[in-house]
Amino acid sequence: MADLESAGLSLEPVAGWGRHPIEQGAVARPERLLLPPGGRPVLPRGLGRSYGDAAVPAAPGALVLETARADRVLAFDRERGTLTCEAGLSLAEILRVFLPRGWFPPVTPGTKFVTVGGCVACDVHGKNHHRDGSFGRFVDHLVLRIADGSVVECGPTRERELFLATVGGMGLTGLITEVTLRLQPVDSAWMVVESEPVPGLGAMLDGLRDAGKDWPYTVGWIDCLARGAALGRGILMRGRHASRTEAPAVPPREPRRLEVPLDAPEWLLSPIPMRGFNAAYYWKHAWWSHARRSRARPTRGPAQPVPCRSFFYPLDAIGGWNRLYGRRGFLQYQCVVPRAAGPPAVAELLERVVEAGTASFLAVIKDCGPESDAYLSFPLEGTTLALDLPYRGLRTEALVHELNATVIAAGGRVYLAKDAVTRAQDFALMVPRLAEWRKVRDRWDPEHRFRSAQSVRVLGDTP
Amino acid sequence: MVGATRGMGRALARLMAERGDALVLLGRDAADLEASARDLAARGARGFVATARLDLAEPAGFASALDAADRALGAFDTLVVTAADSAQQETLARDPARLGRLLDVNFTATAVLCQQAAERLAGRGGGAVCAFSSVAGDRARRSNYLYGASKAGLSAFLEGLHLAYADRGVRVICVRPGFVKTAMTAGLPVPPFAGEPDAVAWVVLRAIDRGTPVVYAPPIWRWVMLAIRLLPRAVMRRVRF
Repeated sequence: MADLESAGLSLEPVAGWGRHPIEQGAVARPERLLLPPGGRPVLPRGLGRSYGDAAVPAAPGALVLETARADRVLAFDRERGTLTCEAGLSLAEILRVFLPRGWFPPVTPGTKFVTVGGCVACDVHGKNHHRDGSFGRFVDHLVLRIADGSVVECGPTRERELFLATVGGMGLTGLITEVTLRLQPVDSAWMVVESEPVPGLGAMLDGLRDAGKDWPYTVGWIDCLARGAALGRGILMRGRHASRTEAPAVPPREPRRLEVPLDAPEWLLSPIPMRGFNAAYYWKHAWWSHARRSRARPTRGPAQPVPCRSFFYPLDAIGGWNRLYGRRGFLQYQCVVPRAAGPPAVAELLERVVEAGTASFLAVIKDCGPESDAYLSFPLEGTTLALDLPYRGLRTEALVHELNATVIAAGGRVYLAKDAVTRAQDFALMVPRLAEWRKVRDRWDPEHRFRSAQSVRVLGDTP
Repeated sequence: MVGATRGMGRALARLMAERGDALVLLGRDAADLEASARDLAARGARGFVATARLDLAEPAGFASALDAADRALGAFDTLVVTAADSAQQETLARDPARLGRLLDVNFTATAVLCQQAAERLAGRGGGAVCAFSSVAGDRARRSNYLYGASKAGLSAFLEGLHLAYADRGVRVICVRPGFVKTAMTAGLPVPPFAGEPDAVAWVVLRAIDRGTPVVYAPPIWRWVMLAIRLLPRAVMRRVRF
């Protein structure tokens, strides 16, 4: 408690990874996850990798509780790989400590600089969603500090409703203080990866489904500025953990991280340079894979394994890459549409982005498996699409609302961990289980002590 | 180690545990010590981690805490004290009891503990005593002189301890952190050259291994403080920091 009271917290600007919107917050970074007495509103925040306003304070000066200093491992079962930790432990640290011993996170998003608490709160998914589902499926136990300051434990069989409301609940049911999760055993820190150029959207969707039958990890990168017949062209990637015999004898070396030293100028993000970059990326891969195939297979064997990090976290190699989108920041738009809505809905989304002339680096496409029982969990069986939109004010917001209309018509939804502008009425149409979630939240936090800029916008909380 | 549950102490304990050192964590809060001990054990310490009670406000208990460490480790060879009291200057200026407590913990208690440990180590052939002072002890500043005085006293004590025990095989390491981003400094405006606990821990661990008597962390603070020490008092009166 001393941490929260003795230090007179000064205000600092708080934003998500997209750097829009920004709000002043009183940020505490305690080593012990306690709530200040007196019922003052609180926003839990991890490493700030959610893109939108999920971890932005609800009102200027509101208390933000950053959990990353509460990062102790409390137990590790060396036989089963069950890990109990404080909520601020990052996946980066889990990888550093446990990957050399043959354990890997069961699910990982595209960055390792996330806390375990954040992974639970966003119910994150990864390239293995089609096979393994989302993060919450591997969580056995949670400890929460609820609004009145008391401690409640929950899990799949204990206080199940609270558990299902907390997984994917964006930190709005209570402060997650401890998490027990099951790591997966792996043979090495290396990945066997194949990539293949795909000429269009139909081929990409089919390719993802086919690859998903045999490969634990699949993902597509789309050149989302290609039009017409080339719409949806991109690179399909498949990966699996390399076995002991396939992997090099030594663990991969950690390279030096590069830092983006300043905000990129906005002209760099206008459509023409962007189209050039995307096309170059596509043709580079197309050329490489052609060259690989034409070389004599029997002597060379399959592709050389690559380090885990270059498959899962390519962008982590560049610190502060979000600055590449310039001073005004960017929105990341991620939605999922059900399998039934299929290619036409995805094509419509891509066409709208192309039409809007809003430049974006490569978009990510991925097929998802069945949805989880957690009320607000994002993924559902179908196709998810994620793309970056440089923020240019209302024009960009209008585009998001248009994209949302397509998503709603297709029976899909957007991902709160990315979202910064979706309207409350639209969100309600996307999430049929929202009413159930609200009921559970109201039971544990009737005053809505845990709130964020996002919960004000999307759920109608008072700021 | 005293102070291994938090901040720079936590970072240093992790480095030591990960390379296989056996540790005894000393502190007041048994549950917190236990959580940190489990953290260090799970991080793959091939060594061994135990806990024992020590309260810097109760020097009468120091001998038994050191006994407990000796029992757990056979005989400990290094004492590290990162724990300290801190409070805002206005609070200390207003509240004499609070000020007394801070001076007692940061100077008296830490000196008594280090002295006792040095004597014990010298008696069995040597070892190391490492205590965290502060750059605040290098030069008094109007905004921080009460805390700074406690650390100036500690720095002087550690210098003497180094001289007195060098011939008896005890290395004494005085760590002078500059501004380091920990829970202790949370909420304070972050000055230039601020450091991260993990980076500080590396510097300190190397200093302990080599027996460097005075170590600044991050190292740039050696030169920052050299410049500040050279400022005439008349200048110190005029600048507001």
